[in-house]
Amino acid sequence: MAFLSYLISGLGLGSVYAIIALGYSMVYGIAKMLNFAHGDIIMAGAFASFFAMTAAGMPLIAAAAIAMVLCTLLGVTIERLAYKPLRNASSLSVLITAIGVSYFLQNAAQLMFGSDTKIYPTVLNGSFSLFGGQLSVSYLSIVTILTCVVIMGALTLFINKTKTGKAMRACSEDKGAAVLMGINVNRIISITFAIGSGLAAVAAVLLCAAYPSVYPTLGSMPGIRAFTAAVFGGIGSIPGAFLGGLMLGVIETFAKAYISTQLSDAIVFAVLIIVLLIRPTGLLGKKVSVKV
Amino acid sequence: MTETKTPVLKVTDLGIDFGGLTAVNDLSMNVYENEICGLIGPNGAGKTTVFNMLTKVYQPSRGTIELCGKSTEKMSTIEVNRAGIARTFQNIRLFMNMSVLDNVKTGLHNDISYGTIESILRLPRFAKQEKEADAKAMELLKIFGLDEKADVIAGNLPYGEQRRLEIARALATDPKLLLLDEPAAGMNPQETDELMKTIRFVRDHFKIAILLIEHDMKLVMGICERITVLNFGMMLAQGTPAEIQSDPEVIKAYLGE
Repeated sequence: MAFLSYLISGLGLGSVYAIIALGYSMVYGIAKMLNFAHGDIIMAGAFASFFAMTAAGMPLIAAAAIAMVLCTLLGVTIERLAYKPLRNASSLSVLITAIGVSYFLQNAAQLMFGSDTKIYPTVLNGSFSLFGGQLSVSYLSIVTILTCVVIMGALTLFINKTKTGKAMRACSEDKGAAVLMGINVNRIISITFAIGSGLAAVAAVLLCAAYPSVYPTLGSMPGIRAFTAAVFGGIGSIPGAFLGGLMLGVIETFAKAYISTQLSDAIVFAVLIIVLLIRPTGLLGKKVSVKV
Repeated sequence: MTETKTPVLKVTDLGIDFGGLTAVNDLSMNVYENEICGLIGPNGAGKTTVFNMLTKVYQPSRGTIELCGKSTEKMSTIEVNRAGIARTFQNIRLFMNMSVLDNVKTGLHNDISYGTIESILRLPRFAKQEKEADAKAMELLKIFGLDEKADVIAGNLPYGEQRRLEIARALATDPKLLLLDEPAAGMNPQETDELMKTIRFVRDHFKIAILLIEHDMKLVMGICERITVLNFGMMLAQGTPAEIQSDPEVIKAYLGE
């Protein structure tokens, strides 16, 4: 029973990673860049929903919606101001810019909201018992897992069945050819950032519901873990981000439960290294064959 | 003869420099409606560079390009595409992981006007337009004999069919001028013969102008009505296939003295 309970909380945590990893993976797939400021969008979403609930007294759903709108705008603005001018620059310049944006957001948050930790309001408390009280499952885990599955399903439909989704796939394969088919690549990249950042806001609310403290560097650790999850599953692949996120959450929870809390990060990253040694493009990544 | 009509494409004194290197200079040519024109020249003559300028992948350093009497100077690549220039590539650039049908549907991108919200809510306009796009794409695939392979992933098609699919995808954008960059590259003589028929059919069926780059002289001499020869970025000769074949300058450039 303990095993099942760890598995469910692991899947809950993994769902949050998966939602964040989707943002990393989609942006990488289409803009071919690692947006290291993605974690700090989560932080922005956490603060937005925190103030919406505490200062404005809004209910959870409304606060989450506000956070989504703000994060979407923030993501698109960052892309427009910081990344778009570097469209033809080397990927290293873009990477360094992303790290710069990340520090900028963290310090801006510190300046505006202070560096002290704020306590996130309790949302979705409680749990229910199964098997005559032997297994206790929190509502939050269930809601988190369901949210992740719904997002994943909706995103898959969107990518495969709509014109914008088709344009996104076309851009991820060959931007030059996509432009010549009349696809506005800049607009597609903006949409990608908008979706990724909106999802980061959802992740922020779910994350803060589980770990109720809000502070300016809140996004960096989940951001790095989700990035790991995206690489783990095969960066650029949407099902890969989903699978990688879930597996990372489960591995982390099991490592904490059965081996050592302090070593859990080390174990997570050791698993990542082993997977990448065996499959360098990640679990669901495509094999890259170079033609000579 | 046709000189009184407005050409679909009118290029005047076109030139481009890369740093100190002049890749193309003083190129002038016209392409008229319903005409198949050829652009030939030895390797490195600047043919693909001309295509890149026509599609605004490169910004020309000098000269003007007019599409149906309208200058494309201020247009971006997308705007040129919307104005009516479509192209294929020397090295095939299909979306290899997408189905044959979806490849053609990317070309219909500008035709589909439903918004993201409508597609999420699956409003009737979404279903109607998707159906129309499917029908239009299938019609194009039929012309190129690819309708039975609509669900195949483009990367799995044999080479000749990939080339045909690229032309179908370009036609989906509803161009006035189709640029074909070495359409017969890597094809065997039989496939080339079929391709010639297809190109003629496309011209007659869609009533468009076609400008093609090709090294296969049988194809060029067989279907082009007028030919422009480039050498070292300069125009060497212009005329009908018969004129080009007997031009001493052209023979010198191709065979050496």
